[in-house]
Amino acid sequence: MSMIALLGAVELGLLFALVAMGVFLSFRVLQFPDLTVDGSFPLGAAVAATLIVSGTDPYISTMLAAVAGALAGLVTAWLNVRLRILHLLASILVMIALYSVNLRIMGRPNVPLLGENTVFTPLEGLGLPSYILLPISLLVVVILAKLLLDRFLNSELGLAMRATGVNKRMAEAQGINTGRVTLLGMAISNAFVAFAGALFAQSQGAADVTLGVGVIVVGLAAVIGGEALISPKTLFRATLACIVGSILYRLAVAAALNADFIGLKAQDLNLITAVLVVLAMVLPGARNPLKAFLVTGRQK
Amino acid sequence: MIRAERISKTFSRGTAMETPALRGLDLEIPAGQFVTVIGSNGAGKSTLLGALAGETIADEGRVLIDDIDVTNWPTFRRAALVARVFQDPLAGSCGALTIEENLSLAASRGKGRGLARAISKTSRDSFQSLLARLNLGLENRMRDKMELLSGGQRQAMSLLMATLKPMKILLLDEHTAALDPKTAGFVLDLTRQIVAEQKLTTLMVTHSMSQALAAGDRTVMLHQGRIILDVSGDERAGMTVQDLLDMFHRQRGEALDDDSALD
Repeated sequence: MSMIALLGAVELGLLFALVAMGVFLSFRVLQFPDLTVDGSFPLGAAVAATLIVSGTDPYISTMLAAVAGALAGLVTAWLNVRLRILHLLASILVMIALYSVNLRIMGRPNVPLLGENTVFTPLEGLGLPSYILLPISLLVVVILAKLLLDRFLNSELGLAMRATGVNKRMAEAQGINTGRVTLLGMAISNAFVAFAGALFAQSQGAADVTLGVGVIVVGLAAVIGGEALISPKTLFRATLACIVGSILYRLAVAAALNADFIGLKAQDLNLITAVLVVLAMVLPGARNPLKAFLVTGRQK
Repeated sequence: MIRAERISKTFSRGTAMETPALRGLDLEIPAGQFVTVIGSNGAGKSTLLGALAGETIADEGRVLIDDIDVTNWPTFRRAALVARVFQDPLAGSCGALTIEENLSLAASRGKGRGLARAISKTSRDSFQSLLARLNLGLENRMRDKMELLSGGQRQAMSLLMATLKPMKILLLDEHTAALDPKTAGFVLDLTRQIVAEQKLTTLMVTHSMSQALAAGDRTVMLHQGRIILDVSGDERAGMTVQDLLDMFHRQRGEALDDDSALD
């Protein structure tokens, strides 16, 4: 594998580490199986790309993309908390709706960003080629995001969120408004995902309405894989596992696609990912994030 | 003071499974009183507790805590006024969180929760001295996950957590029923100690008649969603389980007569 391919894989891994942290928040912390992700990732890309093309500052565009993701998460949580629609179904409904919304936002299926100013443009003056600069700057962003998430989950509010996911009845008895906490958690989770989508569009040079296909599975693969390598005994390790899992997943994929003798091609990617996730879930000792829902058919 | 005024609750109303759980129940608990509640299965004990805690919203009647009408308040809104220990030792705390995190959750009961760190040096110190009184060695295991504790330890923790912050009433839902006799005795002693120390207004549901007479200063018996027996003071002081049973049978006979008279 060439250096450029390797760093490209790391770059993608870092981008999807943000998705993995969002998925960690919904699936693990809130125990809310959220598929909105497949819609909020391209939503972030669509909002950022459309704003940038229309001349908005790329940093502001990226922030607004995260806000749009937060709104998408809010809608999913609201459907579940207030209208009592099953969480999985609520998230699928929002995911489907977002496909139309994304097309409306962009006005066409694809918005190229070639030649536009992006959040990465100021780094070009530093003299390093972009295939090195992008992973380094993303690493800084991802570490900052991880530390912020850790700090939040260790706050009084964050602790209330963790309690809501593990033991809703006890959380309410302790005075936690679990409905409101779920709304907040889902907003933050999808803000992470849309933020990743916005950065993805800017690093890859385009936003596309089909970007979101399978994002949730990749995010889950990163979370589960990371946990298999770094047992999430503490919060610090759990969020670290998201990052490590995501990068290693991308490296493994790149290696598999580069190894010609296996005969895998780029189009096999989603199939490989699905198989990997299934294996990670059924292998002994794996922590199946869906177990709680599959066994009882409802949230604990 | 806690007042339940003519509260009624019927589950599955309007269906073939319709079950009236409470039928116009009246109960007044003055501040500082320790009431024990007994009754057979389906007598309405759990529903009464739920109606006071907020998990069950009464169909009719009112629930007043210090003259605040909380009848329609959800559980989390009542949490500043009501503290609770569940029957299931696993229900009262979060197994996936550490001991100190659970205590921190309890320390914020009934307060707004912001972005301040949940656990500080000062809170950790105060939790440590709090745990030391249990004599279970938990003060040295503050960063252990709650799920590592035994059922008795977890129930003692639940009790500690429920009484960490002031409340208007402490609800104990058969909180020793799932424990072995020795551990149950330990948790009951701890309950008595804490209730006496903090002069808590307490309502304890129990299935054990002897426990109902041994603890607290008033015993109430529920039957078919109503209070059919209410003893306290001297009358209760010399009472045995047999006395209680006799009274129950006499009262129930009269209650049945009343009902048949109405038909």
